[in-house]
Amino acid sequence: MTLDAVIFVVSAVVAIFGAAMMIAQRNPVASVLYLILSLVAQAVIYVQLGALFVGVMLVIVYAGAIMVLFLFVIMLLNLRGGEDLGKPSGRVSRFTKYAVTLLLFIELVFVIRGVALPPPVADAVSSQPDAFGSVRAVSMLLFTRYLYPFQLTGVLMLIAVVGAVVIARKERPEELPEETSPDTASTEQSKEGTQA
Amino acid sequence: MSVPISAYLTLAAVLFGLGTVGVLISRNVIVLFMSIELMLNAANMALIAFSRALNLMDGHVMVFLVMTVAAAEAAVGLGMIITIHRNRETINIDRFDLMKW
Repeated sequence: MTLDAVIFVVSAVVAIFGAAMMIAQRNPVASVLYLILSLVAQAVIYVQLGALFVGVMLVIVYAGAIMVLFLFVIMLLNLRGGEDLGKPSGRVSRFTKYAVTLLLFIELVFVIRGVALPPPVADAVSSQPDAFGSVRAVSMLLFTRYLYPFQLTGVLMLIAVVGAVVIARKERPEELPEETSPDTASTEQSKEGTQA
Repeated sequence: MSVPISAYLTLAAVLFGLGTVGVLISRNVIVLFMSIELMLNAANMALIAFSRALNLMDGHVMVFLVMTVAAAEAAVGLGMIITIHRNRETINIDRFDLMKW
């Protein structure tokens, strides 16, 4: 077994282990930490495939920023894993869910085996600045051929920021209209007003 | 490079399947949300693997865009979770039924 294969097998096992433990955990903080483990293992595989820039982005943006956002929300809601989550679904329902997922996986494997893939190009990771997957090469594509989608992501982020602030904002009493008394009906009205 | 591209694609399929299981069986809305992120990442891995196989970097740009969309989705979705938790005091996905008729 070559070094490439060893790296792939170890990273794949860690990624799958992290993902499975993420689902199995009851404590959401442990779930987030296992997902970060899985993401770091996936970043190793990205780098092995020559995607240096995207691998670094995965660690910084995903494992760094987005997962910290999840942790913030868990901390804000004060979740400790002992919440009432309702009664678990029945045996038949659970079996159906696993069976459907297994069917999906088998279908994906058939598609992967059916398609004719070209042999991978040698020397995935090199130190050339213009090499495959480097910051310069990816940004050259991003700022020339894909400039329009890239600009649109900026608009998307702006909409998401405004939307998140509007959705998560707390209704304060002083925002209620002056002419109505602050009872439940006026609260409903002010909610409708902010949504419109 | 000794690992075939189909191995990477199979890994992506496994991760996607795990994400699907998480979305289907999870009753905690935050774990469900993280499973969706995992599915997005599995799709990203397939894109990276095809980029390597075809020696084109367009897949990397796609992954960049998918990450942006995932970040936006996480921000809005977590805001919604906070609001619903404030009103209903629950993170049980079965009680997130405001839009159910």
